[in-house]
Amino acid sequence: MVSLKPAPAPGRVPLPKAPAGTVYRGHEGMWSWVLHRITGVAIFFFLLVHVLDTALVRISPQTYNGVIATYKNPIMGLGELFLVAAIVFHAFNGLRIILIDFWSVGTRHQRAMFWIVIALWVVTMAGFAPRQLMVIISEVAS
Amino acid sequence: MTITALPGVTDAVMNPAIKRRPAEGFTTITLIVRRFDPEVDSEPRWVDYDVDTLPTDRILDALHKIKWEQDGSLTFRRSCAHGVCGSDAMRINGRNRLACKTLIKDLDPTKPIYIEAIKGLPLEKDLVVDMEPFFASFRAVQPFLQSHTAPPEGRERLQSAADRERFDDTTKCILCAACTSSCPVFWTDGQYFGPAAIVNAHRFIFDSRDEEAEVRLDILNDKEGVWRCRTTFNCSEACPRGIQITKAISEVKAATIRRPDKIKIA
Repeated sequence: MVSLKPAPAPGRVPLPKAPAGTVYRGHEGMWSWVLHRITGVAIFFFLLVHVLDTALVRISPQTYNGVIATYKNPIMGLGELFLVAAIVFHAFNGLRIILIDFWSVGTRHQRAMFWIVIALWVVTMAGFAPRQLMVIISEVAS
Repeated sequence: MTITALPGVTDAVMNPAIKRRPAEGFTTITLIVRRFDPEVDSEPRWVDYDVDTLPTDRILDALHKIKWEQDGSLTFRRSCAHGVCGSDAMRINGRNRLACKTLIKDLDPTKPIYIEAIKGLPLEKDLVVDMEPFFASFRAVQPFLQSHTAPPEGRERLQSAADRERFDDTTKCILCAACTSSCPVFWTDGQYFGPAAIVNAHRFIFDSRDEEAEVRLDILNDKEGVWRCRTTFNCSEACPRGIQITKAISEVKAATIRRPDKIKIA
């Protein structure tokens, strides 16, 4: 009895290297949740630092000024750009989630609402990003 | 020993380098199955199989062909094979589907098709998982009619068409676990009831004949209950019966705050 199992032709299908499972292929709902989580954690760590550095002003205004001065560099400028991007997404998507939970037809329109969130994010960032980039460039130039 | 190749049909068998040509109307597709034998493997491994299929064949037919013609050790569950029993939920190209309802022509047959077990439940062998945690959550929501008043003498408990319509969507569940095992919260938090249990609670919470809605709402108004739902909509997308699961969950969420009969139906 000859084995009927055909030998795979060489180099036809690249076999996965790691035996891990595939990433679940979710749609807008899942990826908006992933982004919401990532931006949420990022904002939490910003707030932690922000509360700490702002608390310094009550202890020593000179130290506070010193700390704030170290923030005025292009790397922190880009960080602020990412921070605003994260907050804007988290805020608009948060409103979307509230509508999903409390608006009677919210679940039906969740996909459309996700793209509205993205559109609002693009519009908001189009207003903020050029100005922030100009500030960063003027800091580098001076 | 030298094997003398017979002319014609056996060429392909004797010499794997010769490209196998499928019969008229058939296409050769590649299935890459994530296999796991607990007696041999410490980790699951991907194994690929070439199968000749018709475009109207289902993934289940391709798996049968592998099991019957290539490797009898391939293990998977199926019973009715017609989308009713809910045995053959699996991850097909990264999404939870019933193998018996997924046609080859609806996938891209030029690319390999990845098949793996559903996620978040203990893997037993190949495509078979331990469904017990899933059914434990299902039982926990008391998925049966509870009424403390006797039905009218010699009559059934009557219900208006509108009252029946209220929970019609959630009666369609076949307990295949495609929804629960598509839920990112369930993957990481095994304590979460999961979409299927909430769907089956919904089916009785909104049934006008049932009188224990409050008990089920108490069970689900919990840290590991409806509030764990993060509205990723993976469950609604995965359901082979097209149940609007996230909608049902949000109705149960609303019912824990307001009385079920006060919730506006969209």
